[in-house]
Amino acid sequence: MPVVWLILIVLVLAVLGFIAGRMRVTTAGGARPHSLPNYYGWNVAMKVMVPAFLALVIWLLVQPFVVDGKVTGMIDEAAIPEGSTLGLVMSDVRRVADGLDLAVSRGLMTADSASSIRTESTDVRDLLANAGVALGSNVSPQVLEAAQAYRGMNHTGNLWMTVVVLALALGGLAWAVRETTLEFRARNAVEGGVRILLLAAASIAILTTIGIVLSLIGNTVRFFDLYSVSKFFGSFTWSPSFGGGSELGIWPLLWGTFYISIIALIVAVPIGLFAAVYLSEYASPRMRAWAKPLLEVLAGIPTIVYGLFALLTVGPLLLTVFGRDGLGWMQAGTAVMTAGVVMGIMLIPFVSSLSDDIINAVPQSLRDGSYGLGATHSETIKQVILPAALPGIVGAILLAASRAIGETMIVVMGAGAAARLSLNPFDAMTTVTAKIVSQLTGDADFASPEALVAFALGMTLFVMTLGLNIFALYIVRKYREQYD
Amino acid sequence: MTDATFTGESPKRHGSLTASDARTKRRNASEKRFRIYGLAAIGAGLFFLVVLLSAIISNGIGAFQQTFIQVPVYLDPATLDKNGNRDPADLAKVSTFGYTPLIQTGLYQLVRDAGIETDYEDAGDMKALISASAAAKVRDWTLAHPDRIGDTVEFEILASSRVDGYLKGRVTRESIAEDRNIDAGHLDLTDALRESGALHKSFNAEFIFGSDASESRAEQAGLGVSMLGSFFMMLVVLFLALPIGVAASIYLEEFASQNKFTDFIEVNISNLAAVPSIVFGILGLAAFIQFAHLPQSAPIVGGLVLTLMTLPTIIISTRASLKAVPPSIRDAALGVGASKMQAVFHHVLPLAMPGILTGTIIGLAQALGETAPLLLIGMVGYIATNYPDGLVSGFMSPNSAMPAQIYEWAKRADPAYYERAWGGIIILLVFLLIMNVIAIVLRRKFERRW
Repeated sequence: MPVVWLILIVLVLAVLGFIAGRMRVTTAGGARPHSLPNYYGWNVAMKVMVPAFLALVIWLLVQPFVVDGKVTGMIDEAAIPEGSTLGLVMSDVRRVADGLDLAVSRGLMTADSASSIRTESTDVRDLLANAGVALGSNVSPQVLEAAQAYRGMNHTGNLWMTVVVLALALGGLAWAVRETTLEFRARNAVEGGVRILLLAAASIAILTTIGIVLSLIGNTVRFFDLYSVSKFFGSFTWSPSFGGGSELGIWPLLWGTFYISIIALIVAVPIGLFAAVYLSEYASPRMRAWAKPLLEVLAGIPTIVYGLFALLTVGPLLLTVFGRDGLGWMQAGTAVMTAGVVMGIMLIPFVSSLSDDIINAVPQSLRDGSYGLGATHSETIKQVILPAALPGIVGAILLAASRAIGETMIVVMGAGAAARLSLNPFDAMTTVTAKIVSQLTGDADFASPEALVAFALGMTLFVMTLGLNIFALYIVRKYREQYD
Repeated sequence: MTDATFTGESPKRHGSLTASDARTKRRNASEKRFRIYGLAAIGAGLFFLVVLLSAIISNGIGAFQQTFIQVPVYLDPATLDKNGNRDPADLAKVSTFGYTPLIQTGLYQLVRDAGIETDYEDAGDMKALISASAAAKVRDWTLAHPDRIGDTVEFEILASSRVDGYLKGRVTRESIAEDRNIDAGHLDLTDALRESGALHKSFNAEFIFGSDASESRAEQAGLGVSMLGSFFMMLVVLFLALPIGVAASIYLEEFASQNKFTDFIEVNISNLAAVPSIVFGILGLAAFIQFAHLPQSAPIVGGLVLTLMTLPTIIISTRASLKAVPPSIRDAALGVGASKMQAVFHHVLPLAMPGILTGTIIGLAQALGETAPLLLIGMVGYIATNYPDGLVSGFMSPNSAMPAQIYEWAKRADPAYYERAWGGIIILLVFLLIMNVIAIVLRRKFERRW
């Protein structure tokens, strides 16, 4: 039975349970029930849905592993062809099984014949091609057998899943309806349940972090099994070649990331900071009311737009000035400068609104004291407000730096693809994020070091940005407490 | 306490108090300079904004217009229906290769009838003018109207992207010197056809609603299918991120006791808000595709990744709006006998709803423009040519998304695709603008100051 139908049946049972639970107390007569009638209904509905859906989700997650494990056990090492791996054979098995499913659903064969055909008697490849599944090679008897076993186990698994889920739903229904009496504290039961659901929702943040860390660590460890740690952190060359023998040193990428981020900050920090000072100290309320939102439009524009702007507008523009016809420093439109300047533009509102908040948090008494001593407005800002706000501003700049390091689309489109260690800001360089994209979007096999390196790069990126963020948030929080 | 004693020479003031001395002048000048720096910074920011927007509009507006040629095509029964019985199965056997010569002949005839002088002797020589997609269009129409075979029907056929570029100024006679697809004679022909009125530019609805095309058919490519991909992703984000985000915020703001676990959740949320989006893409690739075997490039996976990415944003803004509801509301509810849960769900939550919705819309807008994680789960490089044929396939079958499609176009070699990429950005920004305007209106209309 398709999962959608199962979900619908459970939902219908829950609605019926709601009505039944409610009816039981409203038609009982006599004493007043402990809770409002709806709570009795919700109690039943909750007890129908929660165990059933929980079982469904767990089953859907676990079943593929059990089936995969069993089928993998059926394929003996000797049957794996030269140059192939167990993983490739397994994906063949899955494709054949899917193909058989498709063939049955299209009416090309009966369900019985799908599980009984043999390679000796039928051309399975031809049959599946008719069903729209193209296979690279002929199907070996063992793969076909494994695929049939795979289908069989999935079939039984799905059947049991249906049975278990429906049994849980019905059991929950029966139990909850039975416990529905006038004395039953339905509100407390429902509120307890809702509370647990709320807690579960809040825990998703933790699960996400765990998921990120696990998926990074797992694949990073696999990468370091294939490629030595000392070469990754010790080599100054980055030249992946999918045929093997790649050099995957991280330093050129880190240098590119660092260089582009520095240029971005050189553009963004002065502009953002001066804009924040002007907006919070000088601007009239009217000017503030339109200038601030307009600047923040820059922050709301998606990064793909900045990427295209770098690639098609800023790059060619810089090339006419610094390129072969101009100063001759630049070879192509994509360069560190292009990406850096555009990223700087993107970061202006980020720096300015964070600094604006921080400058506004400086107590008015400090300003008044300074004016009282005869300082001008700008002297007050330079000698009193900015020093007082300095820790917070440093925090804001660090947050902007972490944004710059993690930015992807602008560097993918604007910085070029060559990994090199160079000091010329008009050279094309590449960054950690750009290489994550290029290593994972190619046709590379996921098990090769050239693809897995992306996870090691992701880990590096995650650790760097996390460190910067924690440090910056610590500074900002510390600073806020100072004037609270 | 000691009295401060002043031992130094006191600075003597010369002249009148009303006349400013050199030092005051310097200080005032520095004051003025400082103000100008501030103004210049704001001016620079706004200047970049204007440059960005004008680059988008000036480069992208062309994508909404496309060049069409009105070609009368004689639907020759001799090639299209050899048996003469108009049997749909027989008609379907004629592939687009059967239609191409008919269109070329039609164009040749058109040129002849208009009395345009040209060096091209053969109908096939003019094929550079028309899009390779024309044959499919004529074929589809013919299969839908088999009774018209034998008539001459006027078709509005897409001009090739070179011709379109020539009308828009992207292609010039100098730039095609090395081009094997078109030569100067074709441009002469284009000018002549334009004067005769057969060739014209008009609004291009296909760009907004159509599907992506192969690399060589820039004139045919549209954003419609990937727009649907984005739409399905946003549905996933809305239906997962809003309830989960609101539930998490209610727990943290109203119920959580101050302990290590709550602290840990809060630290996690604030850190996730600052994790680079590409890391969420890696998570999606490893967890949803490698581990859970969900289909690659499917909007459901994209939606899940974007949900995880927008959750922190939604939680942070929802908590702020819950916090803005004054405690007196809760106290009053509790005072008349409501339980804590009733106070929150019946009173606090409805009052905080406008703020929550505003935050959610802004989170959705952020998710709509996000590209990097989508690249990793394979939503780029897939040619989005087919509309999903139902709800399930809308979520599960491979598709692209608006920003991923724009990136895909920007990567292609043909400059005609750059115009499409800019045009796609205009559409994307229009969506973002609408969402933000809704958010602002919601806030203005329902915001309550306590």
